[in-house]
Amino acid sequence: MHATSPAFKANVTGALADAGLQKALTFTRPRFPERRAAAVAALPEFERLRDIGRDIKNHTLANLDFYLETWADNVEKSGGHVHWCSTADDARAAVLAICEKVGAKTVTKGKSMISEELGINEHLEQHGIAPVETDLGEYILQLRGEGPSHIIAPAFHLNREDWEESFRKSHTDLPADRVFGERRDILVEARTILREKFLAADVGITGANFLIAETGSSVIVTNEGNGDLTQTLPRVHIVLASIEKVVPTLEDATSMLRLLARSATGQDFSVYTTFSTGARRPGDLDGPDEYHVVLIDNGRTGMIGTEFQDMLRCIRCSACMNHCPVYFTVGGHSYGWVYPGPMGSVLTPGLIGVDKAGHLPNASTFCGKCESVCPVKIPLPKLMRHWREREFERHLTPGAMRTNLAIWGWFARRPGLYRTATRLAAWGLGLLGRKRGRFASLPLASGWTEGRDLPAPEGETFFARYAREQRNKV
Amino acid sequence: MSRAEILGAIRRGLRRGALPDDQAMALRARLAGHPRHLVPARSQVARPAQIALFIANVEKEFGTVARVASLDDVPAAVGDYLAAANLPTDFAMAPHPDLLGLNWASRPMLTPRVGRAQGTDLVCLTQGYAGIAETGTLMLPATPERPTTLNLLGDVALVVLKATRIVGPYEAAWDLLRQELGMPRNVMLVTGPSRSADIESTLELGAHGPRNLHIVLVDDDPTAIG
Ligand code: SF4
Repeated sequence: MHATSPAFKANVTGALADAGLQKALTFTRPRFPERRAAAVAALPEFERLRDIGRDIKNHTLANLDFYLETWADNVEKSGGHVHWCSTADDARAAVLAICEKVGAKTVTKGKSMISEELGINEHLEQHGIAPVETDLGEYILQLRGEGPSHIIAPAFHLNREDWEESFRKSHTDLPADRVFGERRDILVEARTILREKFLAADVGITGANFLIAETGSSVIVTNEGNGDLTQTLPRVHIVLASIEKVVPTLEDATSMLRLLARSATGQDFSVYTTFSTGARRPGDLDGPDEYHVVLIDNGRTGMIGTEFQDMLRCIRCSACMNHCPVYFTVGGHSYGWVYPGPMGSVLTPGLIGVDKAGHLPNASTFCGKCESVCPVKIPLPKLMRHWREREFERHLTPGAMRTNLAIWGWFARRPGLYRTATRLAAWGLGLLGRKRGRFASLPLASGWTEGRDLPAPEGETFFARYAREQRNKV
Repeated sequence: MSRAEILGAIRRGLRRGALPDDQAMALRARLAGHPRHLVPARSQVARPAQIALFIANVEKEFGTVARVASLDDVPAAVGDYLAAANLPTDFAMAPHPDLLGLNWASRPMLTPRVGRAQGTDLVCLTQGYAGIAETGTLMLPATPERPTTLNLLGDVALVVLKATRIVGPYEAAWDLLRQELGMPRNVMLVTGPSRSADIESTLELGAHGPRNLHIVLVDDDPTAIG
């Protein structure tokens, strides 16, 4: 997928002015946190499970070579094939080769973020093979030629009118005067059209939420059942999975699954959690004749052994973005590549380079909410800070910011002057913002105030207040 | 070759070569022992409460349950359900011995077609392998007697489940599976009927899979009847 992350600022400006997007963001914003909170409250062990989830992933990453080899051996033993791919090019070529070998004309697809990362659809299209996204959200995005704006709710930025308009434009075989009275009518139309596609497809491509070393299985999690139809009906099932998806055993996967749906949608468990192990066996009445896993690195090994290794624990639940004030102000597309929100701000520079995605780690208020809800306890704010430091070292930070930081640094090394200057600034700002307690706009700070208010200082610095309270303590 | 490349890059990152034998042995022992982690307390209750928890969780996720006293009562329960929902009486049925052995003719009009499901089937009936009380989840492994398509293609998925096959946590179901079947090609854990919230973040049932999931629960477990 082509990255527009370098244009983050322009993207944000567009997003803030997009009334449809802002409507969808406002509508959805409270829903994710409410649902997660209810599911977590209903499971007293949840906090301890987060520690376990973190530890399972850390254990696996520390022995990643061993577990990947064990997993691959077990895939082959159960009649499947593993295609090891270092780069996105390798992976695209592997997928195309499998499709061409069986003479595939159409390919159905379950939702997969790594497929977006690799740009599988474009590649297949260029070679005369028609990919069909079957996740409802991904399907409408494909009709509209858009990318996902969220990792589990890819089209939540669209409103009902957008769905109707796209369906009328694309499903031209259906009566033009048909009525979409309710959301259900949209769903039924999509179901009918996609059912035909499922039955006609030669190859089904899914992602994988987990790979299991013990059994050589891949696991997908969906609510619609589209992933299962994708992998059950065609002759060939291709799984796209990145290397960090592996866990050792079914018990390890189970512990991770207890975290995943609760953190993602606030369900106790997703509707369909499916474990695939090899191809159709003797006597089976259905299932694919061939099972392939395209195993992808695409930059991840470069994070191992660095401060960014923690990011490889991510199980793509979306809790961090669901609780992120920045994400819900600018929307997912602003981030400019596949992965938005806090996890994207850390992962994207790791995968496409800090030179292209250097703006993203700055898109944070450092409120810490993301880390506090992350089921595998990834220290997202700290990792964003690491990227900022790297970016600064590379002198990629815009000149104005470097100058400001240099001025701040000069004052910070001179405590007396620093206090005087900040006291003056706090007093001045406090005076200006006294009425509302916040600024809706400030000269020279429109980049901050366009999407949110800046709280006004209360007229006193931290140092001054600390000193005053110490004095009052006796 | 990419395999060597990827493994090499991982080892460079971890600043070591291939794992020494003793460490690899320890990991193999962990795989063979597949230890359980923390298992939530909610499903570790007496049998009657466990069955009740299973049913409550199925219903919470928009599934429905009918309890019958024995397998022989299944055709009547299926007939009643289809009649009440105004559904056709011909359906696709799993070639499972429990189901094949039933007297379907006892209920006139019911016409099971044994085999996998086709894209046009409205109603499918299969045999549930296990029920997981923790979240009201069905374990449906693919075997010659349990084609996967029956779980997916119908508008209505009917599942016959014996109460003796209801366990507390997922881990207990994995143990059953390992003992009895190994790891089948496909194992579905199903919790309620298909759904989507992709249109305006609002839940709708019956996205691509069944809109209704109905479980006929056979009370074959004397310890489970509270
Ligand atoms: S970083 Fe954590 S919260 Fe965010 S998607 Fe990954 S696992 Fe979920």
